[in-house]
Amino acid sequence: MARMKFLCDADRCIDCNACVTACKNENEVPWGINRRRVVTINDGKPGERSVSMACMHCTDAPCAAVCPVSCIYPTDDGIVLHSKDLCIGCGYCFYACPFGAPQYPQVGNFGSRGKMDKCTYCAGGGGTEAPSSAAEFEKYGSNRFGEGKLPLCAEMCSTKSLLAGDGDIIAQIYKERVLKRGYGSGAWGWITAYHEDVNV
Amino acid sequence: MICLARIRLLLVAALLFSAAAATPALAQKLGPDGAPNPTASVTPQRDLLMQAPRIEGRIDIPDRKASVLIQPAGRTWDYFHEVLLHWGAAVVILGTIVLLGAAYLIMGRIRISAGRSGRTVLRFRAFERFSHWLTAVSFVVLGLTGLNITFGKIVLLPLIGPEAFSEISQIAKYVHNFTSFSFVAGLVLIIAIFFWDNLPAKVDIEWLKQGGGFIKSKHAPAGRFNPGEKAVYWLSLTAGLAVSISGFLLLFPFYETNIAEMQLAQVVHAVVAVLFIALILAHIYIGTLGMEGAFEAMGTGEVDINWAKEHHDLWLAEQLEKLGTRQSAPAE
Repeated sequence: MARMKFLCDADRCIDCNACVTACKNENEVPWGINRRRVVTINDGKPGERSVSMACMHCTDAPCAAVCPVSCIYPTDDGIVLHSKDLCIGCGYCFYACPFGAPQYPQVGNFGSRGKMDKCTYCAGGGGTEAPSSAAEFEKYGSNRFGEGKLPLCAEMCSTKSLLAGDGDIIAQIYKERVLKRGYGSGAWGWITAYHEDVNV
Repeated sequence: MICLARIRLLLVAALLFSAAAATPALAQKLGPDGAPNPTASVTPQRDLLMQAPRIEGRIDIPDRKASVLIQPAGRTWDYFHEVLLHWGAAVVILGTIVLLGAAYLIMGRIRISAGRSGRTVLRFRAFERFSHWLTAVSFVVLGLTGLNITFGKIVLLPLIGPEAFSEISQIAKYVHNFTSFSFVAGLVLIIAIFFWDNLPAKVDIEWLKQGGGFIKSKHAPAGRFNPGEKAVYWLSLTAGLAVSISGFLLLFPFYETNIAEMQLAQVVHAVVAVLFIALILAHIYIGTLGMEGAFEAMGTGEVDINWAKEHHDLWLAEQLEKLGTRQSAPAE
């Protein structure tokens, strides 16, 4: 069984935000929700790096653990999905998430955040809707995964900085790159998300 | 002149030495073929995480909290919430219930030893009772809905199924958020009304020496409130303020707080709330089951004279004096 992961090679990311746009377009997410975002570290200084970040689909996902209604769960492929029918919009997943992945439709005073929304690895939703149905698309966005495709953000990344796919394979690709070019800033978030690093 | 030359020599030596020390760092910026590589000035994420608790950067969208790239503290907060809080709260709350049960079995109900006199005296005015019950009802509602967030998925979810539990939890969340206002209103009233009578007094030491009314052969003197009640007052004041402030921070997420402060607010809110529940459980016990004649004080407001004599003799004397002067006033 494959274990799906994301890996952003920050030494290749050019902060073009195409992954962000692709995600918004593919999943038709509402205004104000950013399932994926690009953060620039050391902006304007030597060693500046940009990293594209979304839900990392963690091992032992902390969001799933803290959810008071247990509406978040990992699939067999290691993708972390949730049910918007069960979500109560308490915001705990955002406090637990190491990557700021959970998003809410409203600002959220008095607990009025609405149902949580996050990257689904383009694998549809974790609710009761039929896979690839219109109802599923409405709530959770695209189900490319059901068609055997990887998330669009990684698929269309122009510098192939953002990698999606089986963890072992993308780690291998990253390793080869680092060896070839002689440097690498590391697999961002991997230790926190997967309790393991890509050692080169 | 010689002196200046020496200084210059030292400077040059220092420069050379620093250049030599910097060489390994420069070497890292060379490509595998030895050519200088300006893009290879790597900022490894491991180093960043060792320097600071979270990695923050610049982001294009107008959302300050989204600029935090990685915050491993989320996992720590998860551990607090799922392990420490679950065990801690269960031990504290169930432990308190067991202790109170043991107290009831060992000591039994503290009776009015002289029996009821049939005559009563006003202990709490209507507005005081209203303030107490406003806070009390709010507290119970907040406590139950709050415990549901922590323990609901362990206790209630397996019983009623995910759909019904989710529905209840959603309602409970809104009830919790809006009951906070009546709780704070009640808390402010209580703090203001009972402030003067809860200041420490000399008689408190004597009360403690006499075993606080728990030793039947001894009489513990007290004014309107004894040190036990004063402890409940001051602890409730402290805990009430702590849960209110942390609660309002949680009610308005990320206004003035960042992710670490939101987590801290939740930790403070949960820990203080659990201790507060334990305190109030003891308060409820002594006010109902634990002591005969105590509940009436907050029920009807009137307590039996004999009860007052046994538990608040100084206060009773004061009250009777007041009543006496008032009754005798028209006769003069």
